[in-house]
Amino acid sequence: MRTEAPRDVPCSQRLAQHLPLAGLEAIVPAQPRERLGGAGARLDVPPAGACSLLRWVTPDWVVFHLSRKVTSVVPESCLLILLGLGLGGIVLAVAKKAEYQLEPNMFFLFLLPPIVLDSGYFMPSRLFFDNIGAILTYAVVGTLWNSFATGTALWGLHRAGLMDPGVEAGLMDFLLFGSLISAVDPVAVLAVFEEVHVNETLFIIVFGESLLNDAVTVVLYKVFNSFVELGPAHIHATDYVKGVASFFLVSLGGTAVGLLFAFLLALITRFTKRVRIIEPLFVFLLAYVAYLAAEMVSLSAILAVTFCGICCKKYVEANISQKSRTTVKYTMKTLASSSETIIFMFLGISAVDTSKWTWDTALVLGTLFFILLFRAVGVVLQTYVLNRFRLIPLDRIDQVVMSYGGLRGAVAFALVILLDREKVKAKDYFVATTIVVVFFTVIVQGLTIKPLVTWLKVKRSDHHKPTLNEELHEHAFDHILAAVEDIVGHHGYHYWRDKWEQFDKKYLSQLLMRKSAYRLRDEIWDVYYKLNIRDAISFVDQGGHVLSAAKLALPSMPSRTSMSESSVTNLLRESGSGACLDLQVIDTVRSRRDKEDAAMHHVLRGSLYKPRRRYKASYSRHFISPDKQERQDKEIFRQNMKRRLETFKSTKHNVCSSKSKARLKEKGRKKASPPQAPVLFLALRFAPVLVMVSSEEEESDSSETEKEDDEGIVFVARATDEVLQGKTTPGSLDVCPSPCIIPPSPTLAEKELPWKGDQADLAVYVSSETTKIVPVDMQKAWNQSISSLESIASPPGIESGPQHRRFACPVLEEQPQSASQAMPEQSSCFQFPSHVSKSGRSQSDSSPDGPEQQELQPLMATEEQGRMPPTAEPRWLMFNRASHL
Amino acid sequence: MMFCGTEDPFGQLGTAVLAVLPLSFLCTGRAWGAEKPLARHANLSLSFFSSSVSHSQITRLYSRFTSLDKGENGTLSREDFQRIPELAINPLGDRIINAFFPEGEDQVNFRGFMRTLAHFRPIEDNEKSKDQNGPEPLNSRSNKLHFAFRLYDLDKDDKISRDELLQVLRMMVGVNISDEQLGSIADRTIQEADQDGDSAISFAEFVKVLEKVDVEQKMSIRFLH
Repeated sequence: MRTEAPRDVPCSQRLAQHLPLAGLEAIVPAQPRERLGGAGARLDVPPAGACSLLRWVTPDWVVFHLSRKVTSVVPESCLLILLGLGLGGIVLAVAKKAEYQLEPNMFFLFLLPPIVLDSGYFMPSRLFFDNIGAILTYAVVGTLWNSFATGTALWGLHRAGLMDPGVEAGLMDFLLFGSLISAVDPVAVLAVFEEVHVNETLFIIVFGESLLNDAVTVVLYKVFNSFVELGPAHIHATDYVKGVASFFLVSLGGTAVGLLFAFLLALITRFTKRVRIIEPLFVFLLAYVAYLAAEMVSLSAILAVTFCGICCKKYVEANISQKSRTTVKYTMKTLASSSETIIFMFLGISAVDTSKWTWDTALVLGTLFFILLFRAVGVVLQTYVLNRFRLIPLDRIDQVVMSYGGLRGAVAFALVILLDREKVKAKDYFVATTIVVVFFTVIVQGLTIKPLVTWLKVKRSDHHKPTLNEELHEHAFDHILAAVEDIVGHHGYHYWRDKWEQFDKKYLSQLLMRKSAYRLRDEIWDVYYKLNIRDAISFVDQGGHVLSAAKLALPSMPSRTSMSESSVTNLLRESGSGACLDLQVIDTVRSRRDKEDAAMHHVLRGSLYKPRRRYKASYSRHFISPDKQERQDKEIFRQNMKRRLETFKSTKHNVCSSKSKARLKEKGRKKASPPQAPVLFLALRFAPVLVMVSSEEEESDSSETEKEDDEGIVFVARATDEVLQGKTTPGSLDVCPSPCIIPPSPTLAEKELPWKGDQADLAVYVSSETTKIVPVDMQKAWNQSISSLESIASPPGIESGPQHRRFACPVLEEQPQSASQAMPEQSSCFQFPSHVSKSGRSQSDSSPDGPEQQELQPLMATEEQGRMPPTAEPRWLMFNRASHL
Repeated sequence: MMFCGTEDPFGQLGTAVLAVLPLSFLCTGRAWGAEKPLARHANLSLSFFSSSVSHSQITRLYSRFTSLDKGENGTLSREDFQRIPELAINPLGDRIINAFFPEGEDQVNFRGFMRTLAHFRPIEDNEKSKDQNGPEPLNSRSNKLHFAFRLYDLDKDDKISRDELLQVLRMMVGVNISDEQLGSIADRTIQEADQDGDSAISFAEFVKVLEKVDVEQKMSIRFLH
């Protein structure tokens, strides 16, 4: 234990999270009766084990958190198995009896489904279906080949007399063993390959294979099991036919069950807009029901839940609210990684139980040798055939990695434990061999695959964020290829994909998606939208450095080498405002007056929170009432808590990561600020990013729009506008709301304005227009991107939190002086040379927006209404490059 | 239907599940043969199709060509293309049809037909090596990209202007997106790619912005081997 504990440490974040859970699971389902009736002394064994484990893990975590070398070399699954071995050893030593087995029932009913659902749901479906031919070949033909070849070869070894005579097994027993030992295990593959980062195609093939070969394995296992039980003498030809038929039945049936439930799930989520809170529940419930249903009728449950996940995702994601989406995402990931952890731990723990297995060197070594050999042979042969049909052939190196990546795992172990000792005499030998094989593949191959991949220079996946151009042009490529296929008259992949997409668009999406979601769906738009958000975030993220470092490049923009003076963009760039994402917006709006308007307004608004009053005590489990007062309270509470959390987090985080030194500084600054300020600044910070609800959405059924209850910040954006409205000249108003089509040219005034170079006023980019073009409320995307940020940032401490403050600081410092200078510059800052004609239309577009907005942002709506001139149209803010004024 | 994978050309090896569709297509190339003699085009030099293109494939394409050629005059007109039902529902259908016709002409012969199709041939390993000398093959990466580029570039000034981009966008997105939204997408797209600040995408910028995309794969059809 002591020796192992330090090694585990880097993954201890996970361990620490899951250990208690693991302990629980171990105690509760495994042997509840024994535990209750057992002696008191035994009761404290597992907690003691877990505690000692935690005791070692926690301090080491701090120490080893600094060096991540161990996890970069040793896959987590290996560490977990070793940890399990250690834990099992302790338990064995203390209790003199092996406890806590990996029970097959527990494994198949509780541990496996979350992992499979997770991998199905987050499967990159385009990639999966692009390669489905190869995946199916490897999964079906490959697994069949492996099973039969391994089984027969082992039988040959047995016949040759190389094995211990104690191994009483016939051909059928060995074929049975071959079937369970030959299946590549999704859990093990995922655990190792996720850390290796091979290129996507290779990954999807190996991983897809491991997911889909379950059907083959389970069928073979069942068929051979029944053959063994029947006894070789009683098997007739019809039984073989039945075996083949059952293969198709089980796999296709499982898939059908999955599709059915995916359809149901999508359909259900379409109608949950009034019960947002249980949306995630539906997702998990129906996927699990799919699993159970398939299991119940002896179809492939793994296939069912995989396809349920793959197919429902598109519609479910479109239907459910942003919060539900986040919940689903995190719950699924958490469940899956918990299960994974438990499985590997238990593999280690179970292996300690010597009473269950019997060693035979010839069998063990023979099995190891044969599975490696036949896997390699199978891969090479199949790839040879496949490459004749593949556009991009799999080269030799890919084949090596695929052969070597055939990891066995808990599925094999659970299956071998399930064997009936009465019928299969050699069960104990098989158990021992399986354990060795699993350990060997997971530990030895898992350890060596990373160096191997590096050594062979396998193409790694390069993760780059999608750019709008790529998205757009790849769409165009798809269309082009489909058209060329049509012209050539060859109905290939693109033809069918095209057909499917049309079918999907015409019928499925209409049936399964909410109208609002369906209307707003467009991939190009999605990417554009995400990019904007990402820029906003990165901008905010960099906001803390604005004061010191002037040259910050936008992540999604190629760096510019040549600059022409005529370009606004470049002009801005030269002026050192690279940190701003919406260059054109800044171009016109980054005036001090605007900023001050906003700032003043925020001060006002900040004090305008309605006084607390009693709200009626209403409680419902399934509805969150959007009571105004409640929302305000919630919002304030949330902001406060957020702030506290951030402070807490960053303090904590600074201890272990050197990254956040900069933040420390800011924290110091922050402490100096007046206590009520942060709320304000938080709001301010959101101002540029947060936006509006587009006219598009507004037109749609208002009840369809999601009411997020933490959109309190939104009002800021609107409010800022309003102030602007009140103070700017009518001329500027006309111009603002139109997202202009004509590329801007800097006006003389803009060039000469003295504050051009002033970086400090980056703080508030109140772009007064464009925002209405964004169709979904920004809040949603903001959350989304925050969560994606979180997933990117490895230390859990880094979240949206620290960023908030960073931005807040510059604003804070800016405020006092800016307020005084507000008025004089007012007139000069809005020079709107053109676009007056275009604005006419959008003006009329936007005018009906008012009431809707109000509905969505009820917080301050009433006052706003009162102050707003009736004729003025609302103006929205946003980060948007498109908007040049 | 989507999930059985039969539509996948890669899946065309008879896996147990998939044994259904695949072979039909593989056989067609040979089975069709040439209903009409290639004699009329015998003097054609199809050198841009590398030697790896088998005779049977050319024959197969020729028979497709003649079946499209309703006027039976050895050339295809725009109407011939427009008769293909699937092209009518392809958002970029008309642009692609236009790409088959050389500047100012409204007929395309078999050679021109093949020349355009040659863009979509996959790049083979042995071709990569001999790229250095001799003219660049039509299926090179940059030619593939140029083909796509020309679909955008209507006025042939080697630049995708904002308006040109907007037109294509309008074709490719649904009616759900308003003009303003499209406009901002177009602006953003151009801004992303634009390096020299002329508010248009030149071919060099186009190549640059797609440098991470596996164009060789995404603009190739296995059939045209």
